[in-house]
Amino acid sequence: MQFFYSGITSGSIFALVALGFNIIYNTTGIINFAQGEFVMIGGMLIYTLLSIYGLPFLIAAPLALMAALILGAIFERVFIKSVRSPNEIKLITITIAASIILRGLGMVIWGRNSLSVDAYVPYKILELPAGTLTSNSLLVIIVSLITAFSLSLFFKRSSLGKAFRACYDDKIAAGICGVDVSKIRMLAFAIAALLGVIAGIVTTPITYVTYTDGIMTGLKGFAAAILGGLGSFWGGVAGGLLLGIFEGFFASVFPSGYKDAFAFLVILAVLFLRPKGLFGKKKAERL
Amino acid sequence: MKKLLGVVLILVLAVPLYAEIRLGALFAVTGPASFLGLPEKQTLEMLVEEINKEGGIAGEKVKLFLYDTKGLDTEARKKFIRLVKKDKVDAVIGPTRSGSTLAIKELAERYKTPLLSCAASKRIVQPLNKYVFKSPQSDTHAVGKIYNFLRKKGKSKVAIITAQNGFGDSGRTELLELAEEYGMKIVADEKFRDTDKDMTSQLTKISETNPDAIICWGVGPAPALVAKNARQLGLESMLIMSHGVASKKFIELAGEAAEGIILPAGRLLVADRLDKDSKYRSVLLKYKEAYEKRYDSSVSTFGGHAYDAFMMFKYGIEKGGKEADKMISAIENRGPFIGTAGEFNITATDHNGLDKSAFVMLKIHNGDWELIN
Repeated sequence: MQFFYSGITSGSIFALVALGFNIIYNTTGIINFAQGEFVMIGGMLIYTLLSIYGLPFLIAAPLALMAALILGAIFERVFIKSVRSPNEIKLITITIAASIILRGLGMVIWGRNSLSVDAYVPYKILELPAGTLTSNSLLVIIVSLITAFSLSLFFKRSSLGKAFRACYDDKIAAGICGVDVSKIRMLAFAIAALLGVIAGIVTTPITYVTYTDGIMTGLKGFAAAILGGLGSFWGGVAGGLLLGIFEGFFASVFPSGYKDAFAFLVILAVLFLRPKGLFGKKKAERL
Repeated sequence: MKKLLGVVLILVLAVPLYAEIRLGALFAVTGPASFLGLPEKQTLEMLVEEINKEGGIAGEKVKLFLYDTKGLDTEARKKFIRLVKKDKVDAVIGPTRSGSTLAIKELAERYKTPLLSCAASKRIVQPLNKYVFKSPQSDTHAVGKIYNFLRKKGKSKVAIITAQNGFGDSGRTELLELAEEYGMKIVADEKFRDTDKDMTSQLTKISETNPDAIICWGVGPAPALVAKNARQLGLESMLIMSHGVASKKFIELAGEAAEGIILPAGRLLVADRLDKDSKYRSVLLKYKEAYEKRYDSSVSTFGGHAYDAFMMFKYGIEKGGKEADKMISAIENRGPFIGTAGEFNITATDHNGLDKSAFVMLKIHNGDWELIN
């Protein structure tokens, strides 16, 4: 059972990252490979606000989230919008370049050490049947679920959310219907950055943060998004959790040295066998 | 007249080129091993500055050519060739990582340039390469020290969990190889990656084998996660780490989970707590105080490796001169001397010169190091 609990914890993080991938994919059709870097920056921001400026968590967290929205918007304006004759391959390549730039900036600003912050909730070990879970892990799980739930509500119910989905289905048609496609795009990046920063904030007390963290986080989140089906919200969540749990069990059965390889096996297997993912849906759909 | 002027001009230009000692250095200043490479770089820069202020070695100033390997083996090779061919250095200190050092070991021989490595793997000096020395203790010594300690405590069931990098692999090999000799039984053999964020799967597997002690071999934040996860799972086995975590940063990261962890480490960390008459005390304190004053951060054993390498180089130049063969034979014939890593006894057949006594066993207690026997 311990493998299951551990899996859910890391799975919730993957899920948050996968959601970030999905939002951008849903509105622009591209994969943002800098998503992992947003998580790293989230951890760094909360470290700066809490440990360097000594702010209480209740002020630091909203500040970090606001910074995330701004960062995401700037990211879109600087890296994505300014591209002439954009196509998907170009834009995806640009997100990879941007991730390298962000990583470099992270190193220059915050240095090369692993940084840690104190836990937000008192450290307790919860005894569960055949295993344990820490209070911090529980926090991660709860925050991910709440975030996924509110996002799904936002996209299903609010009119702005509908505009997001319209943009993915047909940009031109959406534009004709009075949707400001460019603004939606910027918002999508802002929300994706927000999700990254949320993930960064909740995981930093457990796993620390280093400037290179974005790579692995991004790849695992991507694997989760692929597993669940690109573009599907609950698919992203399920993909994240499944990947986390599989990984835990994988390490328990096979030599633990190959644990990471599993995420990449998942990407390959899904792309070969079921390209739309476990919970993916066809693109055409009535809104 | 013009000809004469030309000759004089060439001489004037040539003199500064030859009246200086050219020292190359390769450190992993950025990249995942940067917490090792940075103190090494800072130490070396500090030493070169100091020595030039005092008038250099044997009347010649030292000019430092320092490059960042980013922890990459290919980069180390490229930069080593550059140091030798373009910068025409007399010797090279570094690289930081074992893998990088092994990648350029044969280059040192090909270009006949002494290489004073700051990396730990014993394969750097075994098999022996005339041009290659190393200043850190070998993993063999650390493993021996740990197994000795366990044997004294009457424990023999050992689980190991090692990092998947040069340091972890080398530690794992030694742990497995020496187990029998010390009467240890390895009951679990798990691995983790530097980038892993959760080790509970591996530790759960380990806890099923119910070992007396868990030995974790790694550097950076991952061992701190091992400590945290072990605490979370309530493992009761003794937790032992390698000298790879011998820095204050580790205690900071692991927090309360660091409490009670046992590790072998060089004496540098407990320099101010050594006996007053300890032969190591003055060397260690001198380096520690100079470094901490200059960089305002606490000293780590890794910077000490650069210190020791520089001391070997300095002696080699003083007694042998800049020619590679003479420099090497001077270092080989020096006899015992004290460095930050321990008492060196370099000979023509042993280019490391340290033994098990270079390590002491430490316990982390109240967020600080404590000497144990």
